[in-house]
Amino acid sequence: MDVPGLGQAFLLQISRDMRLAFRHLGQLANPLMFFIMVTTLFPLALNPSPQLLEAIAPGVVWVAALLASLLASESLFRQDVDDGTMEQLALSPQPLALMLLAKTSAHWLMTGLPLVLISPIVAYGLFLPSNAVPVTMGALALATPILSLIGGMMAALTVGLRRGGGLLSLLILPIAMPVLIFGARATDLAMTGMASVGAIYLLAALLLLALSLAPFAMAAAMRISLD
Amino acid sequence: MSADPSSTGCTTLLEATDLELWRGERRLFNQLSFSLGPGELLHITGANGCGKTSLLRVLCGLTLPETGEVSWRGAKVMRNRADFHAEMTYIGHRESLKGELSAAENLSFDLRLRRDVSDADIDQALHRVGLTAARDVMARGLSAGQKRRVSLARALACRARLWVLDEPYTNLDVAGRDFVDQMMTEHLADDGLVLLVAHQSHGVSGGRIRQLEMS
Amino acid sequence: MWKFIHKLGSPPHFYRLSVRLTPWFGWAAAILITAGTLGGLYLAPPDYQQGEGFRIIYVHVPSASMSMFVYVNMAIAAAVGLIWRIKLAHAVAAAAAPIGASFTFLALATGSIWAKPMWGTWWVWDARLTSELVLLFLYFGYMALRAAVDDENRADRASALLAIIGVINIPIIKYSVEWWNTLHQPATISKMGKPAMDGDMLTWLLMNIFGFMCFFIAVLLIRTRAEVIRRSRDQKWLKQALGAA
Repeated sequence: MDVPGLGQAFLLQISRDMRLAFRHLGQLANPLMFFIMVTTLFPLALNPSPQLLEAIAPGVVWVAALLASLLASESLFRQDVDDGTMEQLALSPQPLALMLLAKTSAHWLMTGLPLVLISPIVAYGLFLPSNAVPVTMGALALATPILSLIGGMMAALTVGLRRGGGLLSLLILPIAMPVLIFGARATDLAMTGMASVGAIYLLAALLLLALSLAPFAMAAAMRISLD
Repeated sequence: MSADPSSTGCTTLLEATDLELWRGERRLFNQLSFSLGPGELLHITGANGCGKTSLLRVLCGLTLPETGEVSWRGAKVMRNRADFHAEMTYIGHRESLKGELSAAENLSFDLRLRRDVSDADIDQALHRVGLTAARDVMARGLSAGQKRRVSLARALACRARLWVLDEPYTNLDVAGRDFVDQMMTEHLADDGLVLLVAHQSHGVSGGRIRQLEMS
Repeated sequence: MWKFIHKLGSPPHFYRLSVRLTPWFGWAAAILITAGTLGGLYLAPPDYQQGEGFRIIYVHVPSASMSMFVYVNMAIAAAVGLIWRIKLAHAVAAAAAPIGASFTFLALATGSIWAKPMWGTWWVWDARLTSELVLLFLYFGYMALRAAVDDENRADRASALLAIIGVINIPIIKYSVEWWNTLHQPATISKMGKPAMDGDMLTWLLMNIFGFMCFFIAVLLIRTRAEVIRRSRDQKWLKQALGAA
């Protein structure tokens, strides 16, 4: 029997997940709303003076992005495991690593990419200088997929657990720390007019590493969880 | 734990050797071996909780046994997942359907991962299980029996050699149960293999039917 | 060679081995640590820059290096357990985790104690301390995942995968924290690294490092033995071994 190729299977999975997401558009907005709300918390909790906000803007944007990604990862695989479709995926002739990468990609398109696109507005609210916005968007475009992949690995490890909620955050945060450091640094450098290309390259390197290793870790973790 | 001695003559496609599985503190089964060839059905019976579902999951490759091997066409299943899964289909306790997709969309996705199917193929599969009218109904709007029929349509249209069925009669009416029996009979006649866990007795005729009683 | 490794993976054999080896490592640890600490406290000359306060280094540096060493060991044991499906390797990893976490905590506490007289605050965000903090979170994550999974087999395999992911990320985390730290380091505060060490000081430090390592091995043998007892509690060989003891 001629099993369809990897590319076809990848596209099938992405299109199915996107179709499902669009039938449930409300849920998609959650991480995005969370991102925006967290960034408004800081001016509310502190002195909303432009100088202070500008100084902390890189940190606030990046921490908020990290937390929003954490929130989004919670729901990455849960639904599929609960209704049994993950099991069928694990029993299909297609490599589970590829299928999970497709799911994570669809997830990023629905939760990470909107974050990147709305970041200029959030940056404006925090008085982030406009010369830093393109770099921030670029860095977020690299960082949010990394966070989705890290979240995917940890979600696959904890999806079978009944009381897994807080555990997911504890597992993701140490591994996501470098992304936070390099990303915030990129924004910081861009703000002061210096070349941020070093930090961007480091993020790109992390993305490549994550893309090559995370799918296999996700598949191994998922099979353990489905055991 | 005993199995009928393997039948003579035909080649064996599925081979289980010395399987052992624990669940927490309990040992579910130990030194379980059998082989299954074309046209054979293995009917696994036993009391609730004795490990029938777990055994099926080990044979599918979903659960890792403590010791022992499962082989398909002589190759270890754990090493050749893709080849084994390409020739196998599993119906478990859950229907494995996305509630927000229609019956046809669910079927289409599951089948397209395995082979090229046309819309006509999907329609034909749904027609065989009597779900033509419910084709575009969202899966969460289907009754339990209808959902089970979608799973059956999937198993039929997969053209898999090995069917692993865990309580396939659940939620089906008399006509449905007869249909499942007919499906299995035809599959066995077609040189297929069936692993069946069912509380009640089945109405399959023809083929070689063997029993595995678990205790 | 393979026979030796194969035998090592058998719980009864390991049990007997651990009973025999523990006293050796225990005593070696006691002697080395006592000598190293006394030497460091009394015999080593005071540091040119930091005076007497630097002596905490004789506990801080060995704990920090052990915290890393134990994590790597834990990850290797976990990988062996996952790849070759040796149950004992999982027991070793499970036993090692709390030891590593304790070393990490000790490194953080001694780092804190060092910071106070040197820089006036109980905490400084320098590269080493921050890395140790992240390492502590990695240990906690590992132990929390183990505790959250009910089935022991699955807990072993899931936490093993987590340990492997963690160990691959440790160089990345360390590098990123170092990088972050060099950018924000005020010029006046010197790195909380080892002051330039000369022969006199170094001997006591090495003695303590080896002492800590022997301590780790001794405690690991004891804890793994306890794990083995817990996991094999219904088996005949254990009843015989305990009866004979």
